[in-house]
Amino acid sequence: MRHRQAIALLALVGLFVALYLWLHALGFGGAIKCGASGGCETVQTSQWAVFLGMPVAFYGVVGYLALLVVALAALRPTALAQRRWNSLLAALASVGFLFTIYLTYLELFVIHALCRWCVGSAVIVTLTWIVSLLSLRSPGIRTDPAASPQQPGPRV
Amino acid sequence: MNRFYVVLTVVAVVLGITVFMLLRTGGGAPAAAAGPPPTVADDGFRGYSLGQASAPVEITEYLDFECPVCATFATVQLPTIKEQLINTGRVRWKFRDYPLPIHKYSRFAAHAAQCAGAQGRYFEMQDQLFAHHQWAQTGKDPSSLFRSLAQAAGVDLNAYDACMQAGRYAQRIEYSRKEGDSLRVDGTPTFFANGKKLDFRRLPGSDDFKAIADSIIAHARTPKPRS
Repeated sequence: MRHRQAIALLALVGLFVALYLWLHALGFGGAIKCGASGGCETVQTSQWAVFLGMPVAFYGVVGYLALLVVALAALRPTALAQRRWNSLLAALASVGFLFTIYLTYLELFVIHALCRWCVGSAVIVTLTWIVSLLSLRSPGIRTDPAASPQQPGPRV
Repeated sequence: MNRFYVVLTVVAVVLGITVFMLLRTGGGAPAAAAGPPPTVADDGFRGYSLGQASAPVEITEYLDFECPVCATFATVQLPTIKEQLINTGRVRWKFRDYPLPIHKYSRFAAHAAQCAGAQGRYFEMQDQLFAHHQWAQTGKDPSSLFRSLAQAAGVDLNAYDACMQAGRYAQRIEYSRKEGDSLRVDGTPTFFANGKKLDFRRLPGSDDFKAIADSIIAHARTPKPRS
């Protein structure tokens, strides 16, 4: 359960980071708050800032939202004992992690500029991915048989 | 309510407020640089010039940075004109601002160019603004893009930011626009050759300016009849 809570919290923080970058890409709020290095502007105005016709940050919003929704769904009392939610979270986090590796590669070796917000998001995705892997290895939640609904016994 | 959901809600509220504040204070086109100033003052500046001071012909171009025709002229025609007329010492080319009121960010772009010019990078910034002219089609606030273009033009961003925030050259740009009005500039780009307004039915090219320069130089060489 702790893993799922951690993933929900990380996804929530990542969602707002991606939301800020997405809204900025849509033209809200003017200059991006990124320090004097100008790295965020270089990254955000590069040809790599758009993927399949949409700002890259949009995919971040969708990805983090999906992680958050799945993590919250996995935290429902009825889902706590179901290990398949861990697999689903790990799969989603892995997709995000791979996409992040690709974006970080572009920043370092193609655009030659680092955006602090993107680095922040990369850290969040990496932590989420690690936690999701740890959740796969953790033992399942034991349910108290006394608390579970009674099985109907043989009629006498 | 479960303590975890309380924490999650508090974090969501705090982050939501943070993002709102970041977007609200994100700068945008500083009003001082983006709008007309309340007063106009002549600082003695008469435009950045390309070419030799001794050139016999001075072409003055009134331009609007958001105007697509100006961008086409700057990127397609002007390089040839530079090569054939300006670099050969026959023409000196002077740029004056004439931001049209229909364009939301033209005054802001002119200001960005002037702030770059304060650091000796006017022409580099002008090249950047016209070469990446897609900003003029999106309608989005171009402040961050202009910072990026300024950086690419070799401008120190701290000085650039201070200049833009203060709207340091807003009055200079307005003076240039009023000067254009007094000279009956009615669109952009509008050209003057040695102070005489040039009328073209289409966007002029290097051949047009070559003919004008040839004509002015030939008239200047024609010996005056003895009295």
